[in-house]
Amino acid sequence: MNSPCSTQTCSLPDTDLGSAAGAAKLGRTASAWTLGDHLGAIGVRLNIGRMGYRVTPGLYALGAPGSDAPVLVTANYKLSFDHLRRALTGLNAWLLVLDTKGINVWCAAGKGTFGTDELVRKINECRLHERVTHRRLILPQLGAPGVAAHEVRRQTGFAVVYGSVYATDIAAFLQADLQATPAMRRIRFSWHERLAVAPLELVLYFKQLLLLGLALALLACVPTAGHFWSGFEHRGILVFLLFVLTGALASLLGPLLLPWLPTRAFSIKGACLGVALAVPGLWLAGPAWSVLRTTAWILLLAAGASHLLLKFTGSTTFTSPSGVRREVRVALPAQIAIGLAGLVAWTVAGFLPGW
Amino acid sequence: MMKYLSKDLSLRLDEGLCIGCKLCAVVCPHGVFTIENQKAHIADRDACMECGACALNCPVNAIAVNSGVGCAEAIINGLLTGKETCCGGDDCCCAPKAS
Repeated sequence: MNSPCSTQTCSLPDTDLGSAAGAAKLGRTASAWTLGDHLGAIGVRLNIGRMGYRVTPGLYALGAPGSDAPVLVTANYKLSFDHLRRALTGLNAWLLVLDTKGINVWCAAGKGTFGTDELVRKINECRLHERVTHRRLILPQLGAPGVAAHEVRRQTGFAVVYGSVYATDIAAFLQADLQATPAMRRIRFSWHERLAVAPLELVLYFKQLLLLGLALALLACVPTAGHFWSGFEHRGILVFLLFVLTGALASLLGPLLLPWLPTRAFSIKGACLGVALAVPGLWLAGPAWSVLRTTAWILLLAAGASHLLLKFTGSTTFTSPSGVRREVRVALPAQIAIGLAGLVAWTVAGFLPGW
Repeated sequence: MMKYLSKDLSLRLDEGLCIGCKLCAVVCPHGVFTIENQKAHIADRDACMECGACALNCPVNAIAVNSGVGCAEAIINGLLTGKETCCGGDDCCCAPKAS
């Protein structure tokens, strides 16, 4: 766990506020990122230390906040905390960090850990009433699925003001007397945001990708059992590399090309991408492949990419549970059927070279 | 912003109950609501992702939505185990809201 005093300008000793859990702290922080903060931010996008990337919940003084300084509420996922404090460069503010178990604001709000109860608890634990004279909290807009503003006011006297969606807009929001422009209220999910979450998909599925590639490579060599390894050298390695590279490409291109892939259904977007990505492999290996193996290749990639993009619904900012439920009911059986058909065709192709 | 399958969307607004506090329009990151004549209206229903922010922050319960996370992994786990969690652990971001 990171100390609440995570940066160099720490002049006050950390004070344990003596909460029941003993976890809430009063500390100091600064806006500037250290090298460690930068490396950590890259690491979590690659699933390195992602689940343990947290700061101690509590109240942090950024700069030299007085009793009239704004109070901004955030999650204890270190990336959330880091983005907020960097966005407040040059300002004096209090940062109230809720215990969201190291999960970002939006996901924690959906789960309820960034929620009314935890907010009320931290206000009391950190004795916020004594530290500021005003009675106003600024919450990230994406924390709203977990927090009932009127309930917080009823229980603590603090009025909840929802700030911008993005931390990068929060300084402008503060400057504009807590008024957000319509653009600040909207989530974007632009290409660089989609690319930022794509590597995680690849890292999470890479092992399955390697195993599946190996299985396909071995299956392609079965009929040449007498000369199994020479078959592997000539065909298997190529199949393995083609499959893994195509799979890796799909996990990056899928998120990137999402708006331009056809229909609203992620499974159909993925299937189209899979068919398109089958082409380079066919162009490289195709002349040596029978019609059956070619068909199998297309089916396998269509089913695989379709499933990959269906899973990507969890990383997007606009899919509804009712929609995903509908899509899973239809697409998942289809993906399994097409995948199995592809696997059978791929295997049989080795025994029926004329097809 | 892209739109997703909207046929089963559960969002409901009772305009008769609305007191025009505008908080639904503030919290919605997809601009689903507009305020006209001191009343909320659903202007872009298709954009709803059922996050539940509007319903939770409506002080007069004029909005209802079956909220949750639009994550296939969570839904598939739900079909398999009866519990909608995406990565199994307690720390999972996609676990259903503790109500």
